[in-house]
Amino acid sequence: MLTLTLIVFPLLVAIGLFFIKDGKWAGNLALATALIEFGISVAALVQYFLFCHCLLLFHLEWLADYGISLKFGIDGLSMLLILLTTFLIPIIIYSSLGQKIQRSSSFYSLIILMQAGLIGVFTAFDGMMFYIFWELTLIPAYFIAAYWGGENRIRITLKFFAYTFSGSLLMLIAIIYLYFRTPLPHSFDHIWLYASNLNPGEQLWIFLAFFIAFAIKVPVFPFHTWQPDTYVTAPYSGSMLLGGLMSKMGLFGMIRWMIPITYTELTRTGGFFVIFPVIGIVYASLIALRQDDLKRLVAYSSVAHLGLVAAGAMTLNAIAMQGAMIQMVSHGINIVGLFILVQYIEARTKTRSIAELGGIALKAPRLAVFFMIILLGSIALPLTDGFVGEFLILLGMFKYNAVFAAVSGLTIIFGAVYMLWMYQRVMLGNTKAATEQISDLNWKEMIPLIAIVIMVIWIGVAPGMFMKLAENGVGQVIGIIR
Amino acid sequence: MTILAKLIPLFPLLGFIILGLGYRSIPKRIASILGPGTVFLSFIFSVFLLFNIHHSLMNIRYFSWISFGNLSISFDFLIDPLSILMMLVITGVGLLIHVYSIGYMSHDEGFNRFFAYTNLFVFFMLILVMGSNYAVMFIGWEGVGLCSYLLIGFWFKNQQFNNAAKKAFIMNRIGDLGFLLGMFLIFTSFRSFNYVTVFDLAKTMPSGSGTITAITLLLFIGAVGKSAQIPLYTWLPDAMAGPTPVSALIHAATMVTAGVYMVARSGVLYVLAPATMEIMGLTAMATMILAAAIAIFQNDIKKVLAYSTISQLGYMFLALSVGAFTGTMFHLMTHAFFKALLFLGAGSVIHALEGEQDIRKMGGLKNVLPKTYWTFLVGTLAIAGLPPLSGFFSKDEILAGVFSSSQTMWIIAVAVTMMTAFYMFRLLFLTFSGNYRGTHPQSLKIHESPAVMTIPLLILAFLAFFGGFLNIPELMGGSGVLKEFLSPVFADAVKLNQVPYLLVPEKREWYNIALVIILVVLAILAAYRKFVIKLRTGSIETEAGSFIERLAANKFYIDELYDAIFVKPALKISGALHEFVEVRFIDRVVNGAGTMIVRFSNIIRYLQAGHVGMYMFFMIIGILLILFFNILF
Repeated sequence: MLTLTLIVFPLLVAIGLFFIKDGKWAGNLALATALIEFGISVAALVQYFLFCHCLLLFHLEWLADYGISLKFGIDGLSMLLILLTTFLIPIIIYSSLGQKIQRSSSFYSLIILMQAGLIGVFTAFDGMMFYIFWELTLIPAYFIAAYWGGENRIRITLKFFAYTFSGSLLMLIAIIYLYFRTPLPHSFDHIWLYASNLNPGEQLWIFLAFFIAFAIKVPVFPFHTWQPDTYVTAPYSGSMLLGGLMSKMGLFGMIRWMIPITYTELTRTGGFFVIFPVIGIVYASLIALRQDDLKRLVAYSSVAHLGLVAAGAMTLNAIAMQGAMIQMVSHGINIVGLFILVQYIEARTKTRSIAELGGIALKAPRLAVFFMIILLGSIALPLTDGFVGEFLILLGMFKYNAVFAAVSGLTIIFGAVYMLWMYQRVMLGNTKAATEQISDLNWKEMIPLIAIVIMVIWIGVAPGMFMKLAENGVGQVIGIIR
Repeated sequence: MTILAKLIPLFPLLGFIILGLGYRSIPKRIASILGPGTVFLSFIFSVFLLFNIHHSLMNIRYFSWISFGNLSISFDFLIDPLSILMMLVITGVGLLIHVYSIGYMSHDEGFNRFFAYTNLFVFFMLILVMGSNYAVMFIGWEGVGLCSYLLIGFWFKNQQFNNAAKKAFIMNRIGDLGFLLGMFLIFTSFRSFNYVTVFDLAKTMPSGSGTITAITLLLFIGAVGKSAQIPLYTWLPDAMAGPTPVSALIHAATMVTAGVYMVARSGVLYVLAPATMEIMGLTAMATMILAAAIAIFQNDIKKVLAYSTISQLGYMFLALSVGAFTGTMFHLMTHAFFKALLFLGAGSVIHALEGEQDIRKMGGLKNVLPKTYWTFLVGTLAIAGLPPLSGFFSKDEILAGVFSSSQTMWIIAVAVTMMTAFYMFRLLFLTFSGNYRGTHPQSLKIHESPAVMTIPLLILAFLAFFGGFLNIPELMGGSGVLKEFLSPVFADAVKLNQVPYLLVPEKREWYNIALVIILVVLAILAAYRKFVIKLRTGSIETEAGSFIERLAANKFYIDELYDAIFVKPALKISGALHEFVEVRFIDRVVNGAGTMIVRFSNIIRYLQAGHVGMYMFFMIIGILLILFFNILF
């Protein structure tokens, strides 16, 4: 029942919020909802570990004639991503509370709706449900960026919408096609879809449809060009939702749907499709070097890091996949941390341009310390969250193809180069006009950062619980592949 | 015992946490107890461990770090003579440097931050040497790199220092990628990261197998980065931007020897890879000569010592390449003593001259800084390798090992020994002899450093003087205490060593020793003639003369070369990729496809007006409501 509650509760609140008058308490109500939701997810976690490490399933026949049923479940992989979602949403809401937001009730309604959609995506075990929730998340993401965004928001968000939407349509076609290839009577149930009967030609097309849909969402090179612009133009909450959570939908889709259904295509093509994310790692890292806009730099770094995750998952190696799942969580935490910091900096200095910043550490040492710790997580220093995932991905990849691992491993070097160079120009050195009067963080501002830093170190030092959850997820995928 | 070993790294970690959290509120007085105090506790516990280790090897379970399926990486410690030796060096020398820093950093605003970082460094360094598998070593390996970064850029207002810090971190990371790939290959070949498991399995493999050669080469890339060998050495001279105690602790005595430790620890693997040993020997020789040649022409007191460190590390790798493991560890230890001493002495000089580091503007400091002078002299004699100081014994052991396997190598090593004596005495003479050449009114205020700085100097001078007696070779009637102590660690590696070995008659060994001493004395005399006698009448040459000298003075333009072939192209590629590939190609294709669809589609036109999204919003809400009612009724 918890599974259903996790989806329905935010959905109802979102609808309620939508029709409520604007005001300060819209944000507070949203925050309270998100915190309750976090509590429910922790309860689900407890239940998961108490009862047999297995699926917490909600299953109800619905449109039986069409083989569509309300099948939602929580396994290890779902649990990881639900925890990530319910952990990050309160942080995202909290960090937006200080700002003046027009039509705030709609804004928060959309964030909560997004949460419902995300959890629906992460728990759906029915192909049609997966698709419905997948599209459901696009609506709030689109409106948040289009209505509350910055410069050129209409043009950029249209591109974002059209791009991701066309990906989704491909996926819809693939799912419906698969449905007709399932054994009689047809069904959208994941087990049936996994068992669908495809000849090699069909297999390839289905794979491509899924791959493109998910690659756009992550995004994987070369389908990423919507992403930097959208991250830049979206309000901070939007960038956090997109970078921290929505990108995980693509990766999740690969692991839950694409790989179990079309893994033979991945083995048959012998790593050809792994090349795209691997190229993306180097390509995006190189581009990140020269970016002046902090948000854009974070966006490109995200393409690089998520490329590694996608590549890891697509190697079909158990260790790499395990790492991919851990890294999905770590990346979400780190990127939201980075966006919060950039938000604080921009709020104080009115600029995100690296060239105009400098010497912040002199005036705001606390900000500098939080920035450094989250940066270390992002460049995968051992004992931070980034290391565990990237280490396992690279280790698994090395078994799969040593050259890919060596090239992907360049992220270890490049990540340090662009991040430290950025840190040096923004935080170190002497102050400039924009940063002369910068104030340090106060306690209220530090709360979300403390939560993030705790996670950075927790996952880095004692990843046991997360590893167990991921192991369950990996076990299922590998079980199907074998 | 187990608890004891577990606690050793925790003290400095605790120090870091307390000092880090309270860096603004903790008074200096307390920080100056806390900072060195935690290292002191670790040192005492390490000493206790030394006297209470009954088995040669002790595996200590800490906790399971990364584990799932049949992959299990545990955070475990391996306590054996090798790790104990390293722990003693780290905490012992570390303690002295911490105490010294109380004086050296006393006027600095970042006093607490300094001790927080150095404590964190000691923590990671201990993890590095105490780990029982490569993964734990890697934690320490990267952790010390981080601390090095933080401490080089300690005065972060200065962007040049920050550049040096960044350079150090990145060059180390290049090595770290090699280390990581080496680890991966170890895991795929042996299904474990544990030293004991890996070495036991490796022992059964034939010498020169491709796998072991590849593993050792990849690990060696890591060592090259961390221990500043060609081609990844240029970060170390720049690292001198950090406060001088940092240079002593991290960039001379401990962190930079991590690569040496790692190779020694993996001795079993290395002796099974003759090709790697050869490459290591060649790299070491090239580095030794290059660094020594540059050191002769440097005028910054710390830079001379930095190049000297690179050169001495080359010495250690040379010893490793012929399988002289005990000799390597012996030299690592004595080098920690005398190089820390020299750096701290240099720090004392810099402190007295209020930041002056150019030896051309020094001179005649013998009388005003007597304690610094005498201790510095001991350090110089030790590094030059004159008997009976520590450097003599450790160098002799390395030279003897090298001689028995390759005489060419021996000649080069001896040449470098002469160069070392020459540039070190040049440094000593220019700093302390003759007349004061500075122009500032500094000369009036020059004063000897406080006791909190000179006492560590005296203790280090004592160690640099007598440290060699720990391992007097049998040739001279000694018993080789250190050799005996370390022998269980290196037994397998020594047994498997494939490097051809020549039995050298005793007489010949004595000849060699005498020859080296004579050559070193000649080098010292040459330095005396050039930098004492000639200086009495003439003035100091500020410009290097011949072509070669100019080349060496400019560090052979290696930095400029790297800049031209790596840094600038990377930035250019970055810009070009963004402009031509990203914006003008990929994005244009995407936009083109988008425009086509827009043109041919009515639906999308509505979308542009912003309506369709709204319709969809209600549509999906509708679907969900239907869903919901379906469940209820």
